[in-house]
Amino acid sequence: MKKSARSWRPMLLVAILLVVAAVAVAGCGSSSSSSTSSPAPSISGFTQVPMSSDTILGAGASFPAPLYMKWGSDYAGTSGVKLNYQSIGSGGGISAIEAKTVDFGASDAPLKESDLTAKGLVQFPMVVGGVVIVVHLDGVADGQLKLTPDVLASIYMGKTTTWNDASITKLNPGVKLPATKINVVHRSDGSGTTWIFTHYLTDAAGSIWTAGADKEIPWPLGVGGKGSEGVATSVQQLSGSIGYVEYAYAKQTGMTTTQLQNKDGAWVKPSIASFASAASHADWKASLPSMYMVLVNQPGQDTWPITGASFILMQKDQADATRAKTTLDFFAWGYTSGAAAATALDYVPIPANVYDLVQKQVWPTMTVSGTPVWP
Amino acid sequence: MSTVDLEVAPSPSGPRGAAIAAPRGHKLRLGDPLFRVLATVCGITVAVAMFGLAGVLVYNSWPAITTLGTKMLTTVAWSPTQGEYGALAALAGTALSTIVAMVIAVPLALVIALLLVELVHPAVSRVVGTAIEMLAAIPSIVYGMVGLFVIVPYIQDHLVPWVLSTPLGNVPGIKPGLQFQGGGLSIFTAGVVLAFMVLPFITAVSRDVLKMVPQVTKEAGYGMGSTTWEVMHKISMRYANSGIVGAVFIGLGRALGETMAVAYLIGSVYTDLPRSIFDPGTSIASLIANQFSEATRTLDLSALIALGLILFLITVLFQILAQAWLRRVQRATGGRA
Repeated sequence: MKKSARSWRPMLLVAILLVVAAVAVAGCGSSSSSSTSSPAPSISGFTQVPMSSDTILGAGASFPAPLYMKWGSDYAGTSGVKLNYQSIGSGGGISAIEAKTVDFGASDAPLKESDLTAKGLVQFPMVVGGVVIVVHLDGVADGQLKLTPDVLASIYMGKTTTWNDASITKLNPGVKLPATKINVVHRSDGSGTTWIFTHYLTDAAGSIWTAGADKEIPWPLGVGGKGSEGVATSVQQLSGSIGYVEYAYAKQTGMTTTQLQNKDGAWVKPSIASFASAASHADWKASLPSMYMVLVNQPGQDTWPITGASFILMQKDQADATRAKTTLDFFAWGYTSGAAAATALDYVPIPANVYDLVQKQVWPTMTVSGTPVWP
Repeated sequence: MSTVDLEVAPSPSGPRGAAIAAPRGHKLRLGDPLFRVLATVCGITVAVAMFGLAGVLVYNSWPAITTLGTKMLTTVAWSPTQGEYGALAALAGTALSTIVAMVIAVPLALVIALLLVELVHPAVSRVVGTAIEMLAAIPSIVYGMVGLFVIVPYIQDHLVPWVLSTPLGNVPGIKPGLQFQGGGLSIFTAGVVLAFMVLPFITAVSRDVLKMVPQVTKEAGYGMGSTTWEVMHKISMRYANSGIVGAVFIGLGRALGETMAVAYLIGSVYTDLPRSIFDPGTSIASLIANQFSEATRTLDLSALIALGLILFLITVLFQILAQAWLRRVQRATGGRA
């Protein structure tokens, strides 16, 4: 005890020195930042692996990661080319491809044409997935509850607050809905799933949904769950909850999903077929050359309205024609031979006509000193 | 400080000392300066790490500091997509969740420490003490998951309805606020789990401090006819006062910076000040954890690092306060405690 009587002095000294040092560094920071406007903190969360010619490096979105890894191991068996994919989030994927530490980046949200041009990247859709609405209501079966875009938007805006609200019971005659409060759950971390969901609300119920569309938005109400597992667990634990997760996640954890009314006015349940319908009804040709496509609220009787594509990003000016070709060969294999693996993992393969557009219109724009790398 | 001299022990396999040309049995003069150099290097490493950390935080948050200025500390909402970088909601959530944690953990830890030192058989004390220390070894993500699966539903389905049915339910700060979503994922829940996370630290240090109260002093108390309670309350606690305050500050520092468990439990509302402890909110550390992976624009990243700097400064401030408090107590007790 006696010892501590003396030990406070050095502590205080260290604290004071810290403040002094911080101020000093701040001074240095200001002089250097004024000349270079803003020194970008170089934190990519990504460790560079030495490039070897038989390994493709990729990084980005976590949503398609299980599929890319499955494709990687299958493809290594047939071609000998390995894939090293790091699931670090779409933002990290974009940073990594910009820094050229990977052969491709993956993002759940497409980049706009202006961003692509500015960063010198090309993008193309690789796989399609669906986002589903999950609820926790005792006595309500999977796929039983019906919701319109307006009702869903109203719930997420905080305008409809109880489950037995007339707007919901009107759609669901015969379903016993409790008089309890609706617990609204959303993602707390920035995510492609939120990007797709909020774009859907904006597109399908824009007069009610005014909170914007992005990977992370200022939510009017609700609680945030971290990651799909956070949202899923909150919904499963708390009765009266509503949330949104990727289809594969809801299916594998046996959650209660809802029906939605689509653009054509039909009631649809989430399924691989209804996501595929969205992908095939979308006007991909009009999305060229950037292939920026928001797949939500597409036409078609069988179309699930909250569908999104996951994208691949590559450098427009490639350094090494062989590496670029090797990478594209892998994707060509994924589009064709990888389709069965995609379906087995609850993803939707890209329709053949869209792949045709990609390899004829997008891939040839990638060049090594003016020479296209594909075909 | 006593000087440490290394004496070369005669080893059975042969005189190793001969290899460095020191006569057998003589004192090896090299030990002292070597240790001094080693100790100095270690000390410098710690200092470099501390100042380096502070420097990196300031350097990387500089774009945010120059662009946003004090707006970070005066606005509430954190919404990078809207160009809003307010830290008040996160500061309020950090403060509230820490207060809830300390209100639960401190009395509990003190009672457990007194129990272990004064009341139970030493064998029981060892077993229970080890169990409490093992709580500290559990990774925080595990606390987060247990909280999510067990404590969140219990609080939402049982505790909150009960609290709201009592007069407590109308007290401001407990009465559900505008953001109320059932109370499961809330500042209160995060605080409860935080309490269990800091409990082992406070308990272990308090116990060690209480153990150091001289037996003679306590026996003098008993000799004067004091009851066990009076001895604990008026002698042990007084004697251990400054050490217990130190223990509380160790727990406080940990509660302020805890990240993963809080990120899963606090409900993550970034745009509004909590009106009640049963409202969802956010803390500085959990906000950083949630937003870091998708922060790609320079300003977003820089603003998050500025949040880290704020947390760092708060922690340093609490350390200074703790030291000042200890000094005051020591003066008041004539340097005995």
